[in-house]
Amino acid sequence: MKKLLTGNEAVVQGAYEAGVTFAAGYPGTPSTEILENIAPLKDVIVAEWAPNEKVALESVIGASYMGARALATMKVVGLNVAADPLFSVCYSGVNGGLVIINADDPGLHSSQDEQDNRYYAKMAKAALLEPSDSQESKDMVLAGFEISEQFDVPVIIRVTTRTCHSKSLVEIGERKERELKPYQKKPMNYNLMPAHSKQLRVIAEERMRKLEEFSNTTSMNYIEWNNKQIGVIASGISFQYAKEVFGTQASYLKLGFTHPLPEQKIKEFAAQVERLYIIEETEPYIEEKVKQLGIPCIGKEKIPNIGELNPSIIAKVLLGEEKPLIQYDASVVAGRPPVLCAGCPHRGFFYELAKVKNVFLSGDIGCYALGGANPFKSFDWSLCMGSSISIAHGAQQTLKQNKSEQRVIAFIGDSTFMHTGVNSLLDIVFNKSNVITCILDNRITGMTGHQENPASGYTLRGEKTRAVNIEELVKAIGIQHVKVINPLQLDQIKEALAWALEINEASVIITRWPCVLKRMTEDDQAEFNIGKAQCRVDEETCIGCKQCIKTGCPALVFDKEQKKVKIDDSQCNGCEVCLQVCPVSAITKVGE
Amino acid sequence: MAEAKTSDVKNILLVGVGGQGTILVSQLLSRGLYEAGYDVKMSEVHGMSQRGGSVSTQVRYGAKVFSPIIGKGEADILVSFETMEALRWLDYLKPSGSVVVNDHQIPSAPILNGAVDYPQHVLETLQAKVQTTVIQATDIARALGNVKAMNIVLFGALVKGMKLTDIHWQDLIRQNVKANFVDLNIKAFQAGLEI
Repeated sequence: MKKLLTGNEAVVQGAYEAGVTFAAGYPGTPSTEILENIAPLKDVIVAEWAPNEKVALESVIGASYMGARALATMKVVGLNVAADPLFSVCYSGVNGGLVIINADDPGLHSSQDEQDNRYYAKMAKAALLEPSDSQESKDMVLAGFEISEQFDVPVIIRVTTRTCHSKSLVEIGERKERELKPYQKKPMNYNLMPAHSKQLRVIAEERMRKLEEFSNTTSMNYIEWNNKQIGVIASGISFQYAKEVFGTQASYLKLGFTHPLPEQKIKEFAAQVERLYIIEETEPYIEEKVKQLGIPCIGKEKIPNIGELNPSIIAKVLLGEEKPLIQYDASVVAGRPPVLCAGCPHRGFFYELAKVKNVFLSGDIGCYALGGANPFKSFDWSLCMGSSISIAHGAQQTLKQNKSEQRVIAFIGDSTFMHTGVNSLLDIVFNKSNVITCILDNRITGMTGHQENPASGYTLRGEKTRAVNIEELVKAIGIQHVKVINPLQLDQIKEALAWALEINEASVIITRWPCVLKRMTEDDQAEFNIGKAQCRVDEETCIGCKQCIKTGCPALVFDKEQKKVKIDDSQCNGCEVCLQVCPVSAITKVGE
Repeated sequence: MAEAKTSDVKNILLVGVGGQGTILVSQLLSRGLYEAGYDVKMSEVHGMSQRGGSVSTQVRYGAKVFSPIIGKGEADILVSFETMEALRWLDYLKPSGSVVVNDHQIPSAPILNGAVDYPQHVLETLQAKVQTTVIQATDIARALGNVKAMNIVLFGALVKGMKLTDIHWQDLIRQNVKANFVDLNIKAFQAGLEI
């Protein structure tokens, strides 16, 4: 039986059929749906969100040591966080098969950088697979576990946004249950002291030699002979694009197993084609190897390493072919940037924060990154997960050292605080900083589409669990000044910020209100009393001053002809932020 | 299962605003095409679409499909669930292709806050450039009892535009929408077919 599956769904099917019993990860586009779709298989697979990717991979390593087949999932930059255990487990080896699904994001659809994570496999000495469609995404998970157990090596499967979020046909198979592999104490392998690691280093090199032999013989690296005037070496989604452009006018070396690369097969293929193209997304990972072998080829000198590829780009740069386009004036089309939703509990916070002058604002990764866009433009920097607090610390120390009175305010979401922000707050206390940290607790991981986290009270599998109390946590760390406020009440935000600025010591402001799109739990209902009332503008009273428009709420529409504001009732959630900023009280609440 | 009918790959581009139901249409479309014997690939971009951004879904079908995505100048049909979005994506259409556009405006943030205006004469621009079918899909759906069925009205018009009427779409709708909404969606689909 075949089914149309996304690459992410196909990975889940592969994990199911391979007999995986433990899976862990941290949400991140485009990888998030993998664990979400494993969660319902709770009879056979324990699936968990971890606080961050390092913790996820380490727990997967623990399951592997115990003899289980175990899967870790994370987005491209998540592997940076998990890099420490990755490098070490490539020395220690595995017991049960260990596969890491790592979702690269060429084109930066939703990531902060465009790194090519294939280099991690090379640097850490892991095996690497690159599927090009959903069927291969499933097949390579199955193959990955076999390889992992056969060669005692972690396997990274590099998927990309296009394979993750494209649907194609997949043959569905049965699950094969497996006994746990027996655990044996292996202190030489599992205890990475320098004396052991010196020997493991030698073993890792030997393992790479064996894997290269495998790479030369596996059917995942295959040649398709057609016209030999053009030869194409391609991996991942780029292979599909190459087939689209060249069809049977070229021969192909399709690489699915890409670390170590198959030297013999590359030489065999290159020897028989007249002109050799290397087609791969982002960096010249394969091309570097081909050139190292002394084989002339055309790659990144023509094909861009920036952004996603597509068939049009390949046809243009390699064949000089361009499709005729409809000519029209596209400049009249207004932008449609993502915005904080109507009723978003972050809106009021940014509205008030933007009014605080003469401070540095240190942002983080999440929906609240939209606070850096119009109309608030309210922060100075936002770098990577959990960094807001520690960057604020370094900035604040430097200001202090240079006799500046200026303060730094950091803001971070609940999930990002749990991810790595909590470490940074330890630094603030430990090194006696006076940074003001605002934890925007919307009771869920918002941006990636509502995943549970250690502060939300439920597990990935929907079970109730003990929720970390953020207020108690920051007090336990040693923060002396803590306030918990309702971010829908602008005066509370204003007062809290003024209060924190008066104290020359570290303080934490926790804004606590659930994401407006969240499915409210019983606890949420009891705590937040969320009603169905909406806000309305009395057009007689409205003076068209556009003060409310400055909150950036998408439910507010400014009618240019009438010079009045209207509220779109299909969007309004009655959060009352606009009502509080209106200078003439033209906005009221109805339906209460 | 029928044999694949053509070696030519056809490209359908669905565009709109997050929350308009483009993905349901592309899922119905993909499943119906697969069951009719075509190879099918579908691609969507997630990410920040829930926050009111521009969204696109792409469906490609034929005897054998390689790339899941459609390049500029390659779409056979552009179905736009919102008026201005048709203009944003028009350069993805083949000059010989056609547009199905919902006459329904959703102002974006820069328009709402008065920074720029909603573009004028979008439908006329489209009609001057390519074969264009303008549909009051939102009004039709409202008259049928639920504005949200607008996506299925457009689905009907798409099926007609691509001459795919011999696939059992009604059965697929029955299998894939909630029982309470089957009648509404079948009516919406018929309304789209009859335009």
